[in-house]
Amino acid sequence: MRTGVITQKVGMTRLFLEDGKHVPVTVLKLDGCQVVATRTDEKDGYTAVQLGSGFAKPKRLTKADRGQFAKASVEPKKKLAEFRVDADNLLAVGDVILADHFVPGQKVDVTGITIGRGFTGAMKRWNFRGLEATHGVSISHRSLGGTGGRQDPGKTFKNKKMHGHYGVDRITTQNVEVAKVDVERGLIMVRGSVPGSKGGWVFIRDAVKRDLPKEAPKPASVKKAEG
Amino acid sequence: MNLIQTLEAEQMKALRATPLPDFRAGDTLKVNVKVVDVTFDEKTKQNKTRERLQAFEGVCIARQGQGLNEAFTVRKISYGEGVERVFPIYSPLVDSVEVIRKGRVRRAKLYYLRGRRGKSARIAERQDTVAE
Repeated sequence: MRTGVITQKVGMTRLFLEDGKHVPVTVLKLDGCQVVATRTDEKDGYTAVQLGSGFAKPKRLTKADRGQFAKASVEPKKKLAEFRVDADNLLAVGDVILADHFVPGQKVDVTGITIGRGFTGAMKRWNFRGLEATHGVSISHRSLGGTGGRQDPGKTFKNKKMHGHYGVDRITTQNVEVAKVDVERGLIMVRGSVPGSKGGWVFIRDAVKRDLPKEAPKPASVKKAEG
Repeated sequence: MNLIQTLEAEQMKALRATPLPDFRAGDTLKVNVKVVDVTFDEKTKQNKTRERLQAFEGVCIARQGQGLNEAFTVRKISYGEGVERVFPIYSPLVDSVEVIRKGRVRRAKLYYLRGRRGKSARIAERQDTVAE
Protein backbone atom coordinates (compact mmCIF):
# COMPACT_ATOMS: atom_id res chain seq x y z
CA MET A 1 0.00 0.00 0.00
CA ARG A 2 1.42 3.36 -1.04
CA THR A 3 0.72 6.63 0.65
CA GLY A 4 -2.07 8.90 -0.53
CA VAL A 5 -1.83 12.66 -0.88
CA ILE A 6 -3.60 15.73 0.49
CA THR A 7 -4.89 18.08 -2.19
CA GLN A 8 -7.14 21.06 -2.44
CA LYS A 9 -9.99 21.22 -4.93
CA VAL A 10 -9.51 24.09 -7.40
CA GLY A 11 -12.52 23.65 -9.67
CA MET A 12 -13.65 21.92 -12.80
CA THR A 13 -12.82 22.32 -16.47
CA ARG A 14 -12.62 20.14 -19.57
CA LEU A 15 -9.78 18.57 -21.53
CA PHE A 16 -9.89 18.15 -25.29
CA LEU A 17 -8.09 15.02 -26.45
CA GLU A 18 -6.33 14.52 -29.77
CA ASP A 19 -9.06 12.31 -31.16
CA GLY A 20 -11.71 14.96 -30.62
CA LYS A 21 -13.12 13.52 -27.42
CA HIS A 22 -13.34 15.74 -24.41
CA VAL A 23 -13.41 14.79 -20.76
CA PRO A 24 -14.75 16.80 -17.83
CA VAL A 25 -12.09 16.98 -15.12
CA THR A 26 -11.73 18.22 -11.58
CA VAL A 27 -8.46 20.04 -10.91
CA LEU A 28 -6.82 19.13 -7.59
CA LYS A 29 -3.81 21.01 -6.32
CA LEU A 30 -0.89 19.74 -4.24
CA ASP A 31 0.18 22.55 -1.97
CA GLY A 32 3.52 21.56 -0.44
CA CYS A 33 2.33 18.10 0.51
CA GLN A 34 5.11 16.95 2.83
CA VAL A 35 5.82 14.15 5.28
CA VAL A 36 5.60 15.61 8.78
CA ALA A 37 5.94 12.45 10.86
CA THR A 38 6.04 8.70 10.51
CA ARG A 39 4.47 5.93 12.55
CA THR A 40 6.32 2.66 12.85
CA ASP A 41 5.35 -0.78 14.02
CA GLU A 42 7.84 -0.83 16.91
CA LYS A 43 6.87 2.55 18.29
CA ASP A 44 3.20 2.94 17.45
CA GLY A 45 2.00 -0.54 16.56
CA TYR A 46 1.17 0.37 12.96
CA THR A 47 2.91 1.84 9.92
CA ALA A 48 1.81 5.15 8.47
CA VAL A 49 3.01 8.53 7.25
CA GLN A 50 1.60 11.78 8.50
CA LEU A 51 1.37 14.32 5.69
CA GLY A 52 0.83 18.04 5.95
CA SER A 53 -0.34 20.47 3.31
CA GLY A 54 -0.82 24.21 2.91
CA PHE A 55 0.86 26.85 5.04
CA ALA A 56 -0.33 27.88 8.48
CA LYS A 57 0.79 31.03 10.26
CA PRO A 58 2.94 29.93 13.24
CA LYS A 59 1.18 32.36 15.59
CA ARG A 60 -2.15 30.67 14.89
CA LEU A 61 -0.84 27.30 16.05
CA THR A 62 -0.71 25.88 19.54
CA LYS A 63 2.67 25.53 21.19
CA ALA A 64 2.35 21.76 20.96
CA ASP A 65 1.78 21.91 17.19
CA ARG A 66 4.71 24.26 16.75
CA GLY A 67 6.88 21.79 18.64
CA GLN A 68 5.81 18.96 16.36
CA PHE A 69 6.65 20.95 13.23
CA ALA A 70 9.95 22.11 14.72
CA LYS A 71 10.91 18.52 15.53
CA ALA A 72 10.32 17.54 11.91
CA SER A 73 11.90 20.84 10.78
CA VAL A 74 9.17 21.48 8.21
CA GLU A 75 7.06 24.57 7.66
CA PRO A 76 3.84 24.69 9.69
CA LYS A 77 1.02 23.01 7.77
CA LYS A 78 -2.64 23.88 7.61
CA LYS A 79 -3.94 20.35 7.16
CA LEU A 80 -2.55 17.15 8.60
CA ALA A 81 -3.61 13.61 7.76
CA GLU A 82 -2.25 10.12 8.25
CA PHE A 83 -2.07 7.51 5.51
CA ARG A 84 -1.46 3.85 6.34
CA VAL A 85 1.38 2.38 4.26
CA ASP A 86 3.30 -0.89 4.00
CA ALA A 87 6.60 -0.93 5.85
CA ASP A 88 8.60 -0.89 2.58
CA ASN A 89 6.67 2.13 1.31
CA LEU A 90 7.50 4.27 4.33
CA LEU A 91 8.86 7.73 3.53
CA ALA A 92 11.35 9.94 5.32
CA VAL A 93 10.27 12.99 7.27
CA GLY A 94 10.54 16.12 5.09
CA ASP A 95 9.93 14.40 1.75
CA VAL A 96 7.68 16.44 -0.55
CA ILE A 97 5.26 14.40 -2.63
CA LEU A 98 4.94 15.34 -6.31
CA ALA A 99 2.00 15.12 -8.67
CA ASP A 100 3.42 12.25 -10.74
CA HIS A 101 2.86 10.01 -7.73
CA PHE A 102 -0.20 9.01 -9.75
CA VAL A 103 -0.02 8.08 -13.42
CA PRO A 104 -2.65 9.06 -16.02
CA GLY A 105 -5.18 6.32 -16.58
CA GLN A 106 -4.79 5.02 -13.05
CA LYS A 107 -7.88 4.59 -10.87
CA VAL A 108 -7.89 6.33 -7.51
CA ASP A 109 -10.24 6.71 -4.57
CA VAL A 110 -11.08 10.30 -3.74
CA THR A 111 -12.27 11.44 -0.31
CA GLY A 112 -13.78 14.80 0.48
CA ILE A 113 -16.26 16.54 2.75
CA THR A 114 -19.47 17.10 0.80
CA ILE A 115 -21.15 20.48 0.47
CA GLY A 116 -23.55 21.18 3.36
CA ARG A 117 -27.22 21.38 2.45
CA GLY A 118 -28.66 22.05 5.89
CA PHE A 119 -31.96 20.53 7.00
CA THR A 120 -33.56 18.97 3.96
CA GLY A 121 -36.64 16.93 3.25
CA ALA A 122 -36.69 13.26 2.35
CA MET A 123 -37.11 13.95 -1.37
CA LYS A 124 -33.80 15.76 -1.67
CA ARG A 125 -31.96 13.70 0.92
CA TRP A 126 -33.00 10.18 -0.05
CA ASN A 127 -34.57 10.70 -3.50
CA PHE A 128 -38.03 9.77 -2.22
CA ARG A 129 -40.79 10.42 -4.70
CA GLY A 130 -43.06 12.40 -2.40
CA LEU A 131 -46.82 12.21 -2.64
CA GLU A 132 -49.15 12.82 -5.58
CA ALA A 133 -49.77 16.26 -7.00
CA THR A 134 -53.52 15.61 -7.09
CA HIS A 135 -55.94 12.81 -6.05
CA GLY A 136 -56.86 14.52 -2.80
CA VAL A 137 -53.37 15.14 -1.45
CA SER A 138 -53.34 18.38 0.48
CA ILE A 139 -50.34 20.38 1.67
CA SER A 140 -48.02 17.34 1.96
CA HIS A 141 -46.84 16.93 -1.65
CA ARG A 142 -43.17 16.64 -0.69
CA SER A 143 -43.59 14.61 2.49
CA LEU A 144 -42.03 11.17 2.94
CA GLY A 145 -45.21 9.13 3.43
CA GLY A 146 -45.45 6.24 5.86
CA THR A 147 -42.66 5.45 8.30
CA GLY A 148 -43.58 2.06 9.71
CA GLY A 149 -46.25 -0.57 10.14
CA ARG A 150 -49.41 -0.64 12.21
CA GLN A 151 -49.93 -2.46 15.50
CA ASP A 152 -47.22 -4.84 14.32
CA PRO A 153 -44.32 -3.91 14.57
CA GLY A 154 -45.79 -0.96 16.46
CA LYS A 155 -42.72 1.19 16.07
CA THR A 156 -40.63 2.92 13.45
CA PHE A 157 -37.44 1.00 12.71
CA LYS A 158 -34.15 2.57 13.57
CA ASN A 159 -32.24 4.25 10.75
CA LYS A 160 -35.49 4.92 8.85
CA LYS A 161 -34.66 7.38 6.08
CA MET A 162 -36.23 10.68 6.98
CA HIS A 163 -35.75 14.42 6.64
CA GLY A 164 -32.82 15.90 8.54
CA HIS A 165 -29.34 17.29 8.19
CA TYR A 166 -27.78 16.53 4.80
CA GLY A 167 -24.25 17.14 3.58
CA VAL A 168 -20.95 17.80 5.39
CA ASP A 169 -20.24 14.06 5.31
CA ARG A 170 -16.90 12.45 4.59
CA ILE A 171 -17.56 10.69 1.29
CA THR A 172 -15.19 8.50 -0.73
CA THR A 173 -15.75 8.12 -4.45
CA GLN A 174 -14.07 4.96 -5.67
CA ASN A 175 -12.34 4.24 -8.98
CA VAL A 176 -12.00 7.77 -10.29
CA GLU A 177 -9.69 7.94 -13.31
CA VAL A 178 -6.63 10.17 -13.30
CA ALA A 179 -6.77 12.16 -16.55
CA LYS A 180 -3.60 14.23 -16.38
CA VAL A 181 -0.86 15.28 -13.97
CA ASP A 182 1.19 18.47 -13.99
CA VAL A 183 4.31 18.11 -11.84
CA GLU A 184 5.52 21.69 -12.25
CA ARG A 185 2.35 23.26 -10.89
CA GLY A 186 1.48 20.31 -8.70
CA LEU A 187 -1.86 19.56 -10.32
CA ILE A 188 -3.72 16.30 -10.54
CA MET A 189 -6.75 16.21 -12.83
CA VAL A 190 -9.26 13.46 -12.30
CA ARG A 191 -12.16 12.58 -14.54
CA GLY A 192 -15.57 13.70 -13.35
CA SER A 193 -16.67 15.26 -10.12
CA VAL A 194 -15.16 15.06 -6.65
CA PRO A 195 -17.01 15.49 -3.33
CA GLY A 196 -16.66 18.87 -1.65
CA SER A 197 -16.60 22.53 -2.43
CA LYS A 198 -13.87 24.53 -4.17
CA GLY A 199 -10.99 25.03 -1.77
CA GLY A 200 -11.98 21.95 0.23
CA TRP A 201 -9.43 19.36 1.28
CA VAL A 202 -9.46 16.20 -0.81
CA PHE A 203 -7.50 13.01 -0.12
CA ILE A 204 -6.43 10.88 -3.08
CA ARG A 205 -5.42 7.26 -2.60
CA ASP A 206 -4.69 4.35 -4.94
CA ALA A 207 -7.94 2.53 -5.71
CA VAL A 208 -8.44 -0.35 -3.29
CA LYS A 209 -10.49 -2.32 -5.81
CA ARG A 210 -8.03 -2.09 -8.71
CA ASP A 211 -4.46 -3.26 -9.19
CA LEU A 212 -1.80 -0.62 -9.03
CA PRO A 213 -0.33 0.09 -12.51
CA LYS A 214 3.28 -1.00 -12.95
CA GLU A 215 4.43 2.50 -13.90
CA ALA A 216 3.32 3.94 -10.56
CA PRO A 217 6.42 5.06 -8.62
CA LYS A 218 7.19 3.13 -5.45
CA PRO A 219 7.36 3.97 -2.59
CA ALA A 220 6.27 7.41 -3.85
CA SER A 221 7.26 10.18 -6.22
CA VAL A 222 9.08 12.53 -3.88
CA LYS A 223 11.47 15.40 -3.75
CA LYS A 224 13.90 14.27 -1.07
CA ALA A 225 14.33 16.26 2.10
CA GLU A 226 17.44 18.45 2.08
CA GLY A 227 20.44 17.59 4.24
CA MET B 1 -6.57 35.20 -13.43
CA ASN B 2 -7.31 32.13 -11.36
CA LEU B 3 -5.84 28.73 -12.02
CA ILE B 4 -8.82 27.37 -13.94
CA GLN B 5 -8.83 30.37 -16.25
CA THR B 6 -5.09 29.99 -16.81
CA LEU B 7 -5.49 26.32 -17.68
CA GLU B 8 -8.33 27.09 -20.07
CA ALA B 9 -6.42 29.93 -21.73
CA GLU B 10 -3.45 27.63 -22.29
CA GLN B 11 -5.64 24.98 -23.83
CA MET B 12 -7.41 27.49 -26.05
CA LYS B 13 -4.07 28.73 -27.33
CA ALA B 14 -2.81 25.23 -28.00
CA LEU B 15 -5.96 24.07 -29.77
CA ARG B 16 -6.62 27.07 -32.04
CA ALA B 17 -3.49 28.74 -33.30
CA THR B 18 -5.58 30.81 -35.72
CA PRO B 19 -9.03 31.66 -34.41
CA LEU B 20 -12.14 30.79 -36.39
CA PRO B 21 -13.61 33.64 -38.48
CA ASP B 22 -16.27 35.87 -36.97
CA PHE B 23 -19.75 34.48 -37.43
CA ARG B 24 -23.05 34.64 -35.66
CA ALA B 25 -26.49 33.08 -35.72
CA GLY B 26 -28.06 33.39 -39.15
CA ASP B 27 -24.82 32.97 -41.08
CA THR B 28 -24.43 30.09 -43.49
CA LEU B 29 -21.28 28.13 -42.66
CA LYS B 30 -19.19 25.39 -44.15
CA VAL B 31 -17.58 23.46 -41.31
CA ASN B 32 -14.70 21.22 -42.30
CA VAL B 33 -14.79 18.27 -39.92
CA LYS B 34 -11.96 15.80 -39.52
CA VAL B 35 -13.12 12.25 -40.11
CA VAL B 36 -10.98 9.18 -39.52
CA ASP B 37 -11.61 6.26 -41.89
CA VAL B 38 -10.57 2.85 -40.70
CA THR B 39 -10.12 0.27 -43.46
CA PHE B 40 -8.75 -3.24 -43.23
CA ASP B 41 -5.67 -3.66 -45.38
CA GLU B 42 -5.43 -7.16 -46.91
CA LYS B 43 -1.71 -6.99 -47.57
CA THR B 44 -0.43 -6.01 -44.15
CA LYS B 45 -3.40 -7.53 -42.28
CA GLN B 46 -3.75 -4.39 -40.26
CA ASN B 47 -6.29 -1.64 -39.88
CA LYS B 48 -5.34 1.42 -41.84
CA THR B 49 -6.48 4.80 -40.67
CA ARG B 50 -6.81 7.75 -42.99
CA GLU B 51 -7.83 11.21 -41.98
CA ARG B 52 -9.90 13.32 -44.33
CA LEU B 53 -12.05 16.43 -44.20
CA GLN B 54 -15.81 16.30 -44.48
CA ALA B 55 -17.80 19.47 -45.03
CA PHE B 56 -20.97 20.15 -43.07
CA GLU B 57 -22.77 23.09 -44.62
CA GLY B 58 -25.77 24.79 -43.08
CA VAL B 59 -27.14 27.72 -41.13
CA CYS B 60 -25.63 28.57 -37.76
CA ILE B 61 -28.68 28.74 -35.50
CA ALA B 62 -26.99 29.37 -32.14
CA ARG B 63 -23.75 30.07 -30.35
CA GLN B 64 -23.65 29.06 -26.72
CA GLY B 65 -21.17 29.11 -23.84
CA GLN B 66 -18.00 31.08 -23.64
CA GLY B 67 -14.26 30.63 -23.56
CA LEU B 68 -13.14 27.04 -23.83
CA ASN B 69 -16.71 25.85 -23.48
CA GLU B 70 -18.12 27.81 -26.40
CA ALA B 71 -20.00 25.87 -29.06
CA PHE B 72 -22.17 26.56 -32.09
CA THR B 73 -25.05 24.71 -33.69
CA VAL B 74 -25.36 24.24 -37.45
CA ARG B 75 -28.62 23.14 -39.06
CA LYS B 76 -29.14 21.85 -42.54
CA ILE B 77 -31.77 19.93 -44.46
CA SER B 78 -30.31 16.62 -45.56
CA TYR B 79 -32.44 14.46 -47.92
CA GLY B 80 -35.54 16.22 -46.69
CA GLU B 81 -34.67 15.67 -43.05
CA GLY B 82 -33.50 18.42 -40.71
CA VAL B 83 -30.06 17.70 -39.25
CA GLU B 84 -28.34 19.69 -36.52
CA ARG B 85 -24.79 19.32 -35.28
CA VAL B 86 -23.23 21.02 -32.29
CA PHE B 87 -19.52 21.80 -32.62
CA PRO B 88 -17.38 22.97 -29.72
CA ILE B 89 -15.32 25.90 -31.02
CA TYR B 90 -12.13 24.40 -29.59
CA SER B 91 -12.78 20.84 -30.70
CA PRO B 92 -9.76 19.37 -32.53
CA LEU B 93 -12.24 17.79 -34.94
CA VAL B 94 -13.26 21.19 -36.33
CA ASP B 95 -10.52 21.88 -38.84
CA SER B 96 -11.81 25.17 -40.19
CA VAL B 97 -14.97 27.19 -40.75
CA GLU B 98 -15.86 29.20 -43.84
CA VAL B 99 -18.56 31.85 -43.74
CA ILE B 100 -20.47 31.43 -46.99
CA ARG B 101 -23.23 33.97 -46.45
CA LYS B 102 -24.04 36.44 -43.72
CA GLY B 103 -27.65 36.53 -42.63
CA ARG B 104 -29.72 39.31 -41.07
CA VAL B 105 -31.69 37.98 -38.11
CA ARG B 106 -33.28 39.63 -35.10
CA ARG B 107 -32.52 37.09 -32.43
CA ALA B 108 -29.55 35.18 -31.09
CA LYS B 109 -31.06 31.71 -31.18
CA LEU B 110 -32.90 30.71 -34.34
CA TYR B 111 -34.76 27.75 -32.90
CA TYR B 112 -37.89 28.89 -34.75
CA LEU B 113 -36.30 27.56 -37.95
CA ARG B 114 -36.91 24.03 -36.70
CA GLY B 115 -40.63 24.37 -37.31
CA ARG B 116 -40.22 25.92 -40.73
CA ARG B 117 -39.47 24.73 -44.22
CA GLY B 118 -38.71 26.31 -47.57
CA LYS B 119 -39.83 29.86 -48.16
CA SER B 120 -40.52 30.72 -44.51
CA ALA B 121 -37.13 29.42 -43.44
CA ARG B 122 -35.25 31.94 -45.58
CA ILE B 123 -32.88 34.45 -44.02
CA ALA B 124 -32.17 37.82 -45.61
CA GLU B 125 -28.58 38.68 -46.39
CA ARG B 126 -26.84 41.06 -44.01
CA GLN B 127 -25.37 44.23 -45.49
CA ASP B 128 -22.77 45.45 -43.06
CA THR B 129 -22.38 49.19 -43.16
CA VAL B 130 -18.76 50.03 -42.64
CA ALA B 131 -18.12 53.31 -40.85
CA GLU B 132 -15.84 55.51 -42.93
